[in-house]
Amino acid sequence: MTTASSAEQPTRRDFLYVATGAVAAVGAVATAWPFISQMNPDASTVAAGAPIEVDLSPIAEGQDIKVFWRGKPIFISHRTKKQIEEARAVQVSSLPDPQPDDARVKSGHEQWLVVIGICTHLGCIPIAHEGAYDGFFCPCHGSVYDTSGRIRQGPAPANLPVPPYQFVSDTKIQIG
Amino acid sequence: MPVASSYFLQDRIMSGPSDYQPSHPVLKWIERRLPILGLMHSSFVAYPTPRNLNYWWTFGAILSFMLAIQIVTGIVLAMHYTPHADLAFRSVELIVRDVNYGWLLRNMHAVGASMFFLAVYIHMFRGLYYGSYKEPREVLWILGVIIYLLMMATGFMGYVLPWGQMSFWGATVITNLFSAVPFFGEDIVTLLWGGYSVGNPTLNRFFSLHYLLPFLIAGVVVLHVWALHVAGQNNPAGVEAKTEKDTVPFTPYATIKDLFGASCFAILYAYFIFYMPNYLGEADNYIPANPGVTPPHIVPEWYYLPFYAILRSIPNKLAGVVAMFGAIIVLVFLPWLDSARTRSSKYRPLAKQFFWIFVAVCVLLGYLGAQPAEGIYVIAGRILTFCYFAYFLIVLPLLARIEKPRPVPNSIADDVLAKTGSKATPMVSTVIALAVAGALFAGSTDSARASERVDTPPAVKWSFAGPFGTFDRGALQRGLKVYKEVCANCHGLSYIAFRNLADQGGPGYSTAQVNALAAEYKVKDGPNDQGEMFERPGRAADYFPSPFPNEQMARAANGGAAPPDLSLITKARSYKRGFPTFIFDFFSNYQEQGPDYLAALLVGFEDEPPAGATIPEGSYYNKYFPGHAIKMPRPLSDGQVTYDDGSPTTVEQYAKDVTAFLMWAAEPHMEARKRLGFQVFVVLLLLSSLLYFTKKKVWAGAH
Ligand code: FES
Repeated sequence: MTTASSAEQPTRRDFLYVATGAVAAVGAVATAWPFISQMNPDASTVAAGAPIEVDLSPIAEGQDIKVFWRGKPIFISHRTKKQIEEARAVQVSSLPDPQPDDARVKSGHEQWLVVIGICTHLGCIPIAHEGAYDGFFCPCHGSVYDTSGRIRQGPAPANLPVPPYQFVSDTKIQIG
Repeated sequence: MPVASSYFLQDRIMSGPSDYQPSHPVLKWIERRLPILGLMHSSFVAYPTPRNLNYWWTFGAILSFMLAIQIVTGIVLAMHYTPHADLAFRSVELIVRDVNYGWLLRNMHAVGASMFFLAVYIHMFRGLYYGSYKEPREVLWILGVIIYLLMMATGFMGYVLPWGQMSFWGATVITNLFSAVPFFGEDIVTLLWGGYSVGNPTLNRFFSLHYLLPFLIAGVVVLHVWALHVAGQNNPAGVEAKTEKDTVPFTPYATIKDLFGASCFAILYAYFIFYMPNYLGEADNYIPANPGVTPPHIVPEWYYLPFYAILRSIPNKLAGVVAMFGAIIVLVFLPWLDSARTRSSKYRPLAKQFFWIFVAVCVLLGYLGAQPAEGIYVIAGRILTFCYFAYFLIVLPLLARIEKPRPVPNSIADDVLAKTGSKATPMVSTVIALAVAGALFAGSTDSARASERVDTPPAVKWSFAGPFGTFDRGALQRGLKVYKEVCANCHGLSYIAFRNLADQGGPGYSTAQVNALAAEYKVKDGPNDQGEMFERPGRAADYFPSPFPNEQMARAANGGAAPPDLSLITKARSYKRGFPTFIFDFFSNYQEQGPDYLAALLVGFEDEPPAGATIPEGSYYNKYFPGHAIKMPRPLSDGQVTYDDGSPTTVEQYAKDVTAFLMWAAEPHMEARKRLGFQVFVVLLLLSSLLYFTKKKVWAGAH
């Protein structure tokens, strides 16, 4: 990019070239941003991800339901006494992803297990009431979760995540 | 901006071997197996370009730049667009409203089409003026005509995709051109439609082809550039480069000049994107497609107008279609129609005059294409159509025989030296052509005025007008109140979700206020676990419920005229801004026809129609409504809505407030648009001036 006659003032010329290049580069990066940003969820998708309320009263003991929040299936299980005991009986430190049961449910509402029903291996949806631990079984690659949604066997690395939720009354929760 | 990639397109292909040798061993290794660096070097860097090229020659690079922009924005828009007759219109609106920077991407693409055509017309006229189609560049020229044809097809199909009224009826009219084909016409049209009228299958195939054709264009562009590099570039002197002294290497000389040209062009482009996004569009296209109603005034996009005028000026269907296509096809034969040896019109005194007259003819044809096909317009259209063809079929062949060209310079280097001495004389022909054009314009507008006696809505001083305009929050909040208490009884606002009321640049409610407001509404939801629909209180994410469940009921309840949805009404309504007002509008940044019209309409009711006007039963007289008979009764009266901020509770105030609110509803991101526009302008102006000085520095060595 050198030209003979401008070589006498190398600093000024260089400054001009650098400044032009810099503004062009800033412009190019700034232009690229909208093209990347548009890939993110749009405003209606974000708004549709607002918290939802779920009425728990129709769910009998031992039953569970599936609701959708942000396009994700949420499992809500009404656990039996036996299931709760099973969940509390294991030695936490022996688990692949150690977590006590009471850290996964709301105190005072131990019978309700609320988890995101997406296998932490590669995203399949586990089946409730199946598998060796009375919890969930993922048919894709054989991960087994217990009655607290914790991983016990198989390739999945982590427990089923608990979504943000709270009890607005004894029979109603708000997810999100 | 992907300026660099445009060079890639323009110069990727170069004939002949290269002596370029990379020094890095890895590059050497690659180069021995795939000499791509040599190809790039010889076509990007070392390629000799005539040293006397003027700025009209930067339009090749500008076009590559526009093609790249159109492809990139188009791919992105296609990620959000739904090609379905029932969903397309709404999906485009949701792109603009909800997708991050969706409004920007959409404006870039829609305005980009116009800019692309603007650049291609300049590029073509440049080729015409300097004889760039002459031996040995005939194939280069014909490839250009093919690109132009592909662009027209692409632009047309793209315009159909938003599925507004103009999209739909444009598609109907243009596809019906093929019904002029003898014997098979109807079958061809049915084939094009994939049905018995323009419908969902048509939209789907247009979407598919609209995605495909730009890549075809890119392919032909590669051929075009290849042909260019075989023949070498033409130049203003029209003499071939003979020695080294006639040329400069492409990089840095042409590169920097093209970059500067593209940057200046981007300023104009950005002006449209950020400040006049709807200037080149039609208000009617903000009305969803309605197969039962044709807009009273159907016009194509501006870049087709000259051909549309030719089509309409011929009173026979088949002949009109043939003339229209002929007007483009004749370009293919241009290299043989104009057999003059001298390339550049600079040295052809007569050809130069006729060139400018031809430019004026094209512009005037474009103007006529936008006017109603009646009276003087038809006659003018016929004369100009004759002139258009006469230029190619009579004037150019004749000039080649009778014209005495001035001597051309011996070489490009001579031309450059001569230029530093003499100054160009003012172009007589330009003046003549402009005078003719001006006279015709003046004549036609006068008659237009005489034929249409409509009250022009008074221009209101809106807070949101101008390049720095913002919404007046108070007016938006009051306008929402008027909408809720009055308009909402009949009109929907279905593109606005309650959450939008808390968006930046809107009426400025808090999330809590919005939740409370939403909860006042009952929203239909379901089905529930029992399979039943149920009503629940509205949430922020819900849209304003419409007063009628379907259009039929809306129609039945309102004397046969369904009250239109108001979400887009300020963009979907307009009034004619004839010549030369629309030119001033460009500079004054005026784009408030819609709001002006709406505010005027709301106060324009008169109990007693003026003498001579008859209003049918069930209609009301309105000064500003086209035809004056409106089905909506006077909606507002003084004191009807209470304001708690002390603003006057008059009809005038209500009208202004609700119009401001509806303007926001039509474009919730207007403030963001203008704000970002200012920033982009600062950067572009800075970049252009830096490029200008860089270009001067670089070229200092060449002179
Ligand atoms: S996805 Fe569940 S085990 Fe692989």
